[in-house]
Amino acid sequence: MNEMNLCDVPLGKKAIVEKVISSGSIKRRLLDIGLTPGTVVESVFSNPGGNLTAYMIRGALIAIRDNDSKNILIREIES
Amino acid sequence: MKILKNNSIDKVIALAGNPNVGKSTVFNALTGLHQHTGNWPGKTVKNASGLFRYQEHFYKIYDLPGIYSILAHSEEEVVARDFICFGESDLTVIVVDACSLMRNLNLVLQITEITSNIILCVNLIDEANKKKINIDIELLKEILGIEVIATSARSGKGLEHLASAIDKYSFEPNKDVYKVQYSRHLEKAISIVEGSLKNKLKSNLNSRWVALNLLKEDNELFESIDNYLGQGFLDKEILKSISLAREYLLEKEIEITEIEDIVVERINNIAEEISNKVTSYGKKNYNKRDRLLDKILTNKITGIPIMMLLFGFIFWLTIEGANYPSSLLNKMFFSVEELLFNFCSYFLPNWFSNLLIYGVYRTLAWVVSVMLPPMMIFFPLFTLLEDLGYLPRIAFNVDKVFKKCSSCGKQALTMAMGFGCNAVGVCGARIIDSPRERLIAIITNSFVPCNGRFPTLIAIITMFFVGVNSNNSILSVAILMSVILLGILMTFIVSKLLSMTILKGIPSSFTLELPPYRRPQVGKVIIRSVLDRTIFVLGRAVTIAIPAGIVIWVLANVSYNGLSLLLHVSNFLNPFASILGMDGIILLAFILGFPANEIVMPIIIMSYMATGNLTDFTNLADLKLLLVNNGWTITTAISIMIFSLMHWPCSTTCLTIKKETKSNKWTLISILIPTLCGIIICTALNLLFKIML
Repeated sequence: MNEMNLCDVPLGKKAIVEKVISSGSIKRRLLDIGLTPGTVVESVFSNPGGNLTAYMIRGALIAIRDNDSKNILIREIES
Repeated sequence: MKILKNNSIDKVIALAGNPNVGKSTVFNALTGLHQHTGNWPGKTVKNASGLFRYQEHFYKIYDLPGIYSILAHSEEEVVARDFICFGESDLTVIVVDACSLMRNLNLVLQITEITSNIILCVNLIDEANKKKINIDIELLKEILGIEVIATSARSGKGLEHLASAIDKYSFEPNKDVYKVQYSRHLEKAISIVEGSLKNKLKSNLNSRWVALNLLKEDNELFESIDNYLGQGFLDKEILKSISLAREYLLEKEIEITEIEDIVVERINNIAEEISNKVTSYGKKNYNKRDRLLDKILTNKITGIPIMMLLFGFIFWLTIEGANYPSSLLNKMFFSVEELLFNFCSYFLPNWFSNLLIYGVYRTLAWVVSVMLPPMMIFFPLFTLLEDLGYLPRIAFNVDKVFKKCSSCGKQALTMAMGFGCNAVGVCGARIIDSPRERLIAIITNSFVPCNGRFPTLIAIITMFFVGVNSNNSILSVAILMSVILLGILMTFIVSKLLSMTILKGIPSSFTLELPPYRRPQVGKVIIRSVLDRTIFVLGRAVTIAIPAGIVIWVLANVSYNGLSLLLHVSNFLNPFASILGMDGIILLAFILGFPANEIVMPIIIMSYMATGNLTDFTNLADLKLLLVNNGWTITTAISIMIFSLMHWPCSTTCLTIKKETKSNKWTLISILIPTLCGIIICTALNLLFKIML
């Protein structure tokens, strides 16, 4: 299966995190909020500007900018 | 940070946890203090401390800023981490959110690596039950090997239990605390370093944790450890063991820079494992209500209009509601003025009664009657929004514009806090990770008019734009909103300019948590916001108003060369003030208002009254007459509104900026930028008016 990024997940769909490929402090931040390999993430809604999307990550709703979520590789999309 | 252990305090307790898990509520409930709690991440930015007693023991509790991890990214995380690691607290109570245990357990596991003196407080258990999330407290206790207490701090459930557990475990530490195990190779490397540390560490530091962190290339933490243990702690033996262990890891193909990731991932996985074991879900779609609300409040079409309407409504209520009580207070204060004067004259010299009544009392009366009513309405309404969980949604809605200005959406949150008080907004900028973007948020915060400046703006709008008799509060709101929008526009322009010049950089990454909506506790919010904020802010204004009243009275009543000092000063300031479209008295009022913006309007009124002979007011119409008699026109009104929006921040804000940036340079820049903007815009406008009119 082709690798996809978290920002490609359509609203309302779920995906499984494969790897966080960003580096430095943002990588640590993303890992801290629970985006480790194997985590199920649901894309919930995006903001009026369309540059920020809120994801349901381990029970918490967290918004991430699209430039950051494109550095999160995902494995598959569940319906 | 130093903790003074005086004799009366038996133990020191640290309260730690993720942001927004109700830590401050637990803190307030235990200590009986009333630190303001809000529903957005990062509310607690300073360490608050309080005392509590359980039976014969006294405890000092520190409420640490909310953090996700002790691997420290932002200022507040460093504060919390250093306190847990080096603060020498006797017990750490970790508060976690029962609704998102999995993520919260990360921090718990990280802290178990440092210390065994822990109690876990699973808070918001009622909310979890409502969402059909069940947590097996007994099993969690067994797995982690520490005391676990379920609480619902807002309703007080479980707190008695928590207090008794604190009392118990402060004196007898847990024995078999769960310890995170890493891969065989990493464990071996840890033990190599740990061996060299034996007997060299102070009792509170865990040697295994120190060893693990010495292996990593974390300079910041390295420095903290070095500071705590004293320079030169890292002797040859330890340094040798570190390089030995690192060599070993490289042999096993583990990069030093990877250690951090390995640790984070391992802890995350264990957190997930434990959470899955102890949590069971009832019906799914537990947050249907929240999602529906978010659909409306963050929608592409409705999100921003609703935000504007909401703020418009709050301003409207403030203006409309403040009108009547304001004039009532005014009448009340001034009806007894003469009576008080006569009373004082009985036993005080005449000049002193004059100073006391026509100087101090009158200024105080103005400050209270102009300020109190709008504050009493605005603060509770704003606190309700905060309590509901709406503020982070604002940051979410408007992030795009901030990104265009190369800054961070969280700046919107600090701006929203600025409406209440700019000093709070500046302090709140700690939630922004990137130092560059944090500085931008701090420097531009005073472009948002704080509550101290609203009364000035509202009074001027009512008198000069809407008409004192027409009572058209919708128009007042529209004008007030445009003033605020101008401030926001300036924020964007200045942010962009800063990112292009002295604070060059590209927008950095950030994550923004959107907390669940909570039903605001209306009664509590009203009581707390009136008692805490209103009384506090009013108290500050009053303490400034007393000396200011004396200064004005003295200036007005002491003459030199046949002119009162007030006229001398105002004449001196006049040439410059008139370039800005104002007069010397107004500029003097802004200068004297440096300690508190609230007293600007009262000082203007007082000064005019002292120089003129019109002294009897019953309403705004009389007041307008006074101002018009002193040469005010609509352009004066506009200039004052703009200058009120853009001038030096008040002294409290300046001090806060100094404390937050730890730099004279940035404090000076934060004062200069808004002041220059105000001067330039006022001057330009007045040139334009002169040409046009």
